[in-house]
Amino acid sequence: MADQAVQAPAPKARPGIFSSPPLRRFLRNRMAVVGLVIITLLVLVAVFAPVISPAPPAAQNLRERLQPPSAEHWFGTDEYGRSVFSRVVYGARVSLLTGTIPVLVAGIIGTLLGLLAGYFRGWLDNVLMRIMDVLLAFPSILLALAIVGALGPGLTNAVIAVAIVSIPEYARIVRSVVLGTREEEFVQAASAVGVRTPRKLFLHILPSAMGPLSVQASLGVGFAILSLAGLSFLGLGIQPPAADWGEMLNRGRRFLPDSNWLLIYPGLAISLTVLGFNLLGDGIRDALDPRD
Amino acid sequence: MLRYVSGRLLGLLPVLLGVTILVFLMLRIAPGDPLIALLGEEAQGLSRAALEALRVQYGFDRDPVTQYLSFLGGVVRLDLGESVRTGQPVLREIAVRLPATLQLAGAGLGIALVIGLSLGVLAAVYRRTLIDYIAVVVALAGVSIPVFWSGLILMLYFSLELGWLPASGYGTWRHLVLPAAAIGFSSSAIIARVTRSSMIEVLRSDYIRTARAKGVGERRVNLRHGLRNAMLPVITVIGLQFGGLLGGAVLTETVFAWPGLGRLVVDSIRAQDGPLVQGTVLFIAVVFILINLLVDLSYALLNPRIRYG
Repeated sequence: MADQAVQAPAPKARPGIFSSPPLRRFLRNRMAVVGLVIITLLVLVAVFAPVISPAPPAAQNLRERLQPPSAEHWFGTDEYGRSVFSRVVYGARVSLLTGTIPVLVAGIIGTLLGLLAGYFRGWLDNVLMRIMDVLLAFPSILLALAIVGALGPGLTNAVIAVAIVSIPEYARIVRSVVLGTREEEFVQAASAVGVRTPRKLFLHILPSAMGPLSVQASLGVGFAILSLAGLSFLGLGIQPPAADWGEMLNRGRRFLPDSNWLLIYPGLAISLTVLGFNLLGDGIRDALDPRD
Repeated sequence: MLRYVSGRLLGLLPVLLGVTILVFLMLRIAPGDPLIALLGEEAQGLSRAALEALRVQYGFDRDPVTQYLSFLGGVVRLDLGESVRTGQPVLREIAVRLPATLQLAGAGLGIALVIGLSLGVLAAVYRRTLIDYIAVVVALAGVSIPVFWSGLILMLYFSLELGWLPASGYGTWRHLVLPAAAIGFSSSAIIARVTRSSMIEVLRSDYIRTARAKGVGERRVNLRHGLRNAMLPVITVIGLQFGGLLGGAVLTETVFAWPGLGRLVVDSIRAQDGPLVQGTVLFIAVVFILINLLVDLSYALLNPRIRYG
């Protein structure tokens, strides 16, 4: 593949990306591919939710309340006669969106803090890392809960809470990569030829952190979905009538044991989604670090 | 060792201080009047004069730094204030709920250890066989399934349908089984994972080969020589898992109406009982920090390289 680069000097061509060892290792890893398939399916379901679902997720039909699963109502209906299948399908949108936003926010903030701490070291590093230690001193769901308690219940505040809780992981990862690479020759060389600090941080040092960051991001989406589902389950996250899996479980458990479909399908949806992101994250980790 | 312990304790002080600052800020970052945030629904119907009197009583008329220092002073004297709703000291409310959470977390940890260690050892010994594969899948299920959902499913089948165990409540060991199983299963996953990789590492080492060469039986090699040496990283994870257990307790206690600290936090948030939220969250965080300290110390005790590193 190396000679392809010579033959095809297109400006954006990345020779060998499909035959790069990490990618090949990833694709050979059956579990990782299963994770990727789950996530791809989920994205498709979320995008085509209006096409897939038989009825709008909020459409009530009080004559068809609490119907068990049947050919007509695949996953049954809830206490307002709404289609559980439609709500699970639309819930994919909510989960993917609310699962990725905290990761993006925490990823960006954590990366910046990690770059600063690792590069400038000294008192700044000390202060920033002690703050991260404080955030890590709480069990994560408890801290998220406490933040939601302070800001008030609701989706936005729940997302903010999960983002704050996630920041330390990213900061720590980036910091350790910076500490490991700042003495490397290519960084020293950049300094020697007068590359300015911001450019050095983002273009020379940060790329080394992309691998571990992507692992953390994938696992982080799973964590965010789990945490937000937990908060919604407690009634402190997303508020009804939104079609959210955690919120569905919160309401559905009142109709146990007779209407167990209200419990089974949303829970399966959460579990499968989180499983997908965990498999993907593990797969990326193994592909990048083929020790085992 | 003494130097190591005192060093660790000293390093803990800024974190503990930070935790109190964060918990203190929680009531103040809320939008609006912190007094209203503190009192919650109790504030309704109070006259302006009564509110102002309370403002002085709670010290909200003073500057934030003075307020924090008096909060910190209270914390140091183990005075976490009073619940707005019941008027009871927060520390007493915590003391009443603590045993239930300790039982749940202890039983959960026991189950997590049994499941996690066996899965991890099996997976490492029978590496790249069906057993390994199944163990990995079970562990993945443990981290991916929400603990409140597995709790609800257990409740659905074992109490509501089969009627074997009570669906909720507290008191006998029968009440403990389902919530502990739910928490234990979700915590077992990480233990299984770390045990597996640590075991794989250890089983490759020279002393295992030596043990085999001198004719030690396979079971003895795996458990006495293998698992014992593979336990070090596992112990660290157990400490971290305790946070998971306490966090899982928040959700599991709500599912099973278990009268512990987790439910206290959730109930006091719903009731907007500021001092109770603040005190309970602070208490759990301090417990979590101390447990991790104990884990670190035991780790150092077991592995001299850390003490002198």
